[in-house]
Amino acid sequence: MFDDFFIRALIAGIGVALVTGPLGCFVVWRRLSYFGDTLSHSALLGVTIAYSFELNIAVSVFLISSIIALFLIQLQKKTNLPGDALLGLLAHSSLAVGLVVIGFLTFIRFDIMGLLFGDILAVTVKDLTIIWFGGALILLVLKLIWKPLFASTVNYELAEAEGLNPDRAKAIFTILMAAIIAISIKMVGLLLITGMLIIPAAMARNISDNPKKMVLFAIIGGLLSVIIGLFSSLEFNTASGPSIITASLILFILSLLKIKQSIQLKN
Amino acid sequence: MSSEKNTLVKLENAGYSQNNKWLVRGVSLEVEKGKIVTLIGPNGSGKSTTAKIALGIYKKIEGKVEKYTKKVGYVPQKVSIDWTLPLRVNDFMVLTENLKDDAINEALSLTGVEHLKNKNLGNLSGGEFQRVLLARAISKKPELLVLDEPVQGVDFTGEIALYELIKKISDELNCGILLISHDLHTVMSATDHVVCLNGHVCCSGSPIDVAKNNEYKALFGEQASQILSVYEHRHDHVHSNEGEIKKN
Repeated sequence: MFDDFFIRALIAGIGVALVTGPLGCFVVWRRLSYFGDTLSHSALLGVTIAYSFELNIAVSVFLISSIIALFLIQLQKKTNLPGDALLGLLAHSSLAVGLVVIGFLTFIRFDIMGLLFGDILAVTVKDLTIIWFGGALILLVLKLIWKPLFASTVNYELAEAEGLNPDRAKAIFTILMAAIIAISIKMVGLLLITGMLIIPAAMARNISDNPKKMVLFAIIGGLLSVIIGLFSSLEFNTASGPSIITASLILFILSLLKIKQSIQLKN
Repeated sequence: MSSEKNTLVKLENAGYSQNNKWLVRGVSLEVEKGKIVTLIGPNGSGKSTTAKIALGIYKKIEGKVEKYTKKVGYVPQKVSIDWTLPLRVNDFMVLTENLKDDAINEALSLTGVEHLKNKNLGNLSGGEFQRVLLARAISKKPELLVLDEPVQGVDFTGEIALYELIKKISDELNCGILLISHDLHTVMSATDHVVCLNGHVCCSGSPIDVAKNNEYKALFGEQASQILSVYEHRHDHVHSNEGEIKKN
């Protein structure tokens, strides 16, 4: 069954969507979408390093993204530049350095479009293993840190005062972000990973009245986006990443109709 | 009077600075089981800062803080819930600790907001939200309660009822309370120990002692000191269960 590239892509996409749902909710709640961009842009550097030293792409991307995240935390402590400027600095410089390094690696043929926007043809059985095992691990860790992470998202001082150790939860969450980018890069492409995180979560916010529902709807929205996106990618011969994200955008727009309805009901 | 066993949190000469400016400095105080310690002082005098030092929220501090309990309930001065986060009162109640439904209902009904359980936090009025904050803090039956202006925005009758509730909780749970309040009237009737702050400790002691203190008078004016003397008079009788008034 795994012989068919499309089935592989579908299974990979479902694995990714199960994880981006809950993580994406935290990205929206904690206002981290630009942070997600920074990490995923730095993933290009991780990919080039993987090619140069013949490492596994997911492992290499995970390491580089984690290093960039730690570097960012250090920069925030040491400089007075505002957070978004630092994020921009790291996002674009790591993307640029990655592209420059690719220029030097003339002996390897790169599918740049595939890296940036995802390539379903490239998903191997090994990738499936990484996505599903990695994804399960991410969800398990997220479940363990859920309480402190969620409490500190609502109010940092309250979580700290009542002994939940929010700083540790935040650090672990940062690593989980690097991990989801590492496992989803082949599917969605590094320019669009943040979209996969925030659009289903934003859609879910429009139709939920409590956090658990929002997580559930974000997962469902992600799954639908992957399925609709991949089928249309096959049908219209479009890149998988943009097709998935476009599908999620359509779901988001549909969820706006529901908001409009409930506002009308109130009036 | 103070035995180590009863101490819940102790500040010794504690201070905290931000951007090279001391927010508060040289604070020593101690909260014991079953006792209410109240911080008073003008805006910017370091009341909330002192509470955050006691809670361990500020880590790089001068002096010493010793906390002897992990069961802490906190009502921060300001909590804002972002629209991006859908949160009902019910979800908020279990934010830091998993509670049984009974415990949630009990705490919410104590502060008079049981009917709001399934409401969205963003749709509550200021006073309702404050009652939910207090309910959440007491629901986990803490040993130490830190209340930073717990009744702000609550209507007048509610205010009195909530202060009575706070006093009752301190007695029933035998928990120590660190209270920050502007309302000298209500505070003084229930407080065991008052610390008057103005960037440093102006004066401290029993409410009556503080009221007589000249630094306190300089800070709050002669009128404030009269408020307290009113309380002095009101404490000259007790109410029995039958409603009789007995003179002390």
